[in-house]
Amino acid sequence: MTINTLSQDGVQRQQMPCLTKMERMIISMQDPDMGIKLRNQRLLITVIPHAMTGLDIVEWLIKKCSISDEEALHVGQLFVKYGYIYPLKEPRNLILKADDSSYRFQTPYYWMSTRWPASELDYAIYLAKKNIRKQGELIEYEKECYNALHKRINHTWDFVVMQAREQLRASKQRRKGDRIVLECQEQAYWLVNRPPVSPEHYKLTTLTKNTIAITYCAVKYNQIFFLSCLFFLARNRVKSSICLESYVKYCEQYQPHDPIMQGCLPSNPWITDDIMFWNMNSETVALPTKLRVERWSFSFMELLNDQMGRKEFLTYLEKEFSAENLCFWQACEDVRHGETAKIPEKVDEVYKQFLAPGASRWVNIDSKTMEKTLEGLKRPHRFVLDDAQMHIYFLMKKDSYPRYLKSELYKNLLARAIVPQETKKSVFPFMRRQRHSSPSPALATQTAEDDGKAKYSNSNSGTASRL
Amino acid sequence: MCDQTFLAITFGPCDNCSQNKPLMNIYLKNEPINYCSLCVELMACQGLAKGETIHTLKAESETLKTKLEEERAKLHDVELHQVAEKIEALGQFVMKTRRTLKGHGNKVLCVDWCRDKRRIVSSSQDGKVIVWDAYTTNKEHAVTMPCTWVMACAYAPSGCAVACGGLDNKCSVYPLSLDKNENLAAKKKSVAMHTNYLSSCSFTNSDMQILTSSGDGTCALWDVESGQLLQSFHGHSADVLSLNLAPSETGNTFVSGGCDKKANVWDMRSGQNVQSFETHESDINSVKYYPSGDAFATGSDDATCRLYDLRADREVAIYSKESIIFGASSVDFSLSGRLLFAGYNDYTINVWDVLKGTRVAILFGHENRVSTVRVSPDGTAFCSGSWDNTFDLRNILYGFALYWHQGLYIGVLHHPVMSVP
Repeated sequence: MTINTLSQDGVQRQQMPCLTKMERMIISMQDPDMGIKLRNQRLLITVIPHAMTGLDIVEWLIKKCSISDEEALHVGQLFVKYGYIYPLKEPRNLILKADDSSYRFQTPYYWMSTRWPASELDYAIYLAKKNIRKQGELIEYEKECYNALHKRINHTWDFVVMQAREQLRASKQRRKGDRIVLECQEQAYWLVNRPPVSPEHYKLTTLTKNTIAITYCAVKYNQIFFLSCLFFLARNRVKSSICLESYVKYCEQYQPHDPIMQGCLPSNPWITDDIMFWNMNSETVALPTKLRVERWSFSFMELLNDQMGRKEFLTYLEKEFSAENLCFWQACEDVRHGETAKIPEKVDEVYKQFLAPGASRWVNIDSKTMEKTLEGLKRPHRFVLDDAQMHIYFLMKKDSYPRYLKSELYKNLLARAIVPQETKKSVFPFMRRQRHSSPSPALATQTAEDDGKAKYSNSNSGTASRL
Repeated sequence: MCDQTFLAITFGPCDNCSQNKPLMNIYLKNEPINYCSLCVELMACQGLAKGETIHTLKAESETLKTKLEEERAKLHDVELHQVAEKIEALGQFVMKTRRTLKGHGNKVLCVDWCRDKRRIVSSSQDGKVIVWDAYTTNKEHAVTMPCTWVMACAYAPSGCAVACGGLDNKCSVYPLSLDKNENLAAKKKSVAMHTNYLSSCSFTNSDMQILTSSGDGTCALWDVESGQLLQSFHGHSADVLSLNLAPSETGNTFVSGGCDKKANVWDMRSGQNVQSFETHESDINSVKYYPSGDAFATGSDDATCRLYDLRADREVAIYSKESIIFGASSVDFSLSGRLLFAGYNDYTINVWDVLKGTRVAILFGHENRVSTVRVSPDGTAFCSGSWDNTFDLRNILYGFALYWHQGLYIGVLHHPVMSVP
């Protein structure tokens, strides 16, 4: 929902989908067969027809939507708040109580969708009616509103008073029961739309949404859509069964790593106030946890995302004399995500170190890609190394990475990796552990700012994401 | 990992302006051509051709959309809940508030976690942006923005800066200084400029680039140092409310959702709209990628959340319930992607089983609409921000609460749910 304020005429105001849904439910609640059973309710000496108890409403909701008591009460409360149901005994208290308190359905004439926003004129007439009918009947905030309106729309005040008198006269000619019902309905409408405390009112004003359909915008949008549409249509799609299976596998694979699903060892820091979990999984820990090392085997990206994993992989590549691949990839990442101004010099560095014939860390790219890259280097831009980077990435992914997972280095680490003990619950469970603060990440950079190399390594640590 | 994230883009001379730029693959009168994003935009702005009216254009659009839906339906051979039948159902979830961060004077609009898993930046309607250490609940930094309704805030990957923006139509980056005497506002960098409010912002993989979405219907990629616009993304016909970057390290895509009920996937390099989904019935308030990057979820005013698969190129699940009437303002996945947390405008948070499509929990506790829901980077907790209003005798406090899960054990182990006093 946009917060764009209401603009002038010509703007389409759309019905809020929540109101449509509520109204649909209200209508089914009033269904003669499947709806709520209505009965007469005695209010002082008059009998009000078609009333129901709060408990009826809650029970109906529980049955219809298969939800719990708490949720049914919550949903029912929404109906009262938005004026679709109103209480009979305590009209000012817009709360749904799951007992025998009486409620009635508001007439569609006063529904949010038909009469919104509530007009000032109508409110003035309503307050005038109340004032005329019984002096002193207006309560404090109503008196304030009345006076404010009197000032604001003074020019039509005669009309207001005349209307009020007319409406009162007309209502006197009705049956007492009908009159009381109509008064209740009107009162409920104003209690919803002009509540004593403003926050509700404010909220209501932001319920509208605008669709500004300016012609030129629509033209442009449609043109762009055509241009892209054949591209959309030409897409290679994959069968749903294959895609959906992959989610099942992914969730299964990651479940032991998901603290919300399966807890975490030694314990969740938010629960036990013990930050061991974070300490054991920090970037600079001596020995990683088993879960962490296992995660590197899930995908190449998992290995690269973990700074420790990356270091381990680099060590392995050094043994295989192909470390320049990872270094090249990292340098390319730095170009892609770094400052625009520094791109030419960075690209130049990369060329000198990795691509120039006879370079100290020459990377093995196929001739076609090499040719294209070298050509692009004449006018360096952010993505000039993309093709070469992708080639090396896939090379590592398809070749070095699987071999790393089978290597002694990895298997060794996995065997030595820690499985933390679950923290025993403290003897005095009511004593809260002290929560220590940690050094701010901003501090790390400040101290390293003088060091020239810091910017490069920091942008790298900036790319490390999860554990 | 999704190999679709490796979009092969062409970089070379534009067929129109001959400048060397990342090129979009588009079709003009059924012929494929390569234009740079600027030329595409200019072409689109040229207005109606002879004999065309807005109605004929719209009619043609509808025809193409129908054709697209037909193509998409061809490979749809099974539903998600059918595939998920063989998985065990999730048991009872018990979630408790662990921290309540009080200090905002008004509605909390946006929240973002720091990569250190414990710090949070939050922004509110009164223009305040606060950086907290959520673990100790200490406030570490506070900035007062010159505008109200700061709808977007983001933590930089390095943890050294925060970006925020809102009704000022700008996105500003504040480097976080630990010097108590230093006024953070002094070092502020104005990065993005839009022609309408800023709805969402996000750093890319480094502190140097920011992606923004705005009420003017566009998204844009900016260079932080120079404030230069690197790429703009046109294709939404109404306010863009939310965006999310694909979780792939080498990926170059992001998804955006807007008031035109569309969710669009974009290539960050060329500015091209590579995929588009329009099945929601109302504004899309929030978009979030599934952790593998193969799908994304959306939360909308039509009171549903939906899951869209990028490889199958279609909507694959709808998360809705008859009793959920109000729109979802914010969604986020748990670490494994099995759970979807969604905050709604009726003050509740519903937790969905992504695979089975059922709701596993409903959380009450906020006293006003939930504006944002974010899971921490390591998945240990999730935090929700709301328009809460806790009345105190002396002053009004607005707060937001941190929830986490106590420990659910399913399957053979039969551990009891941990009860902590």
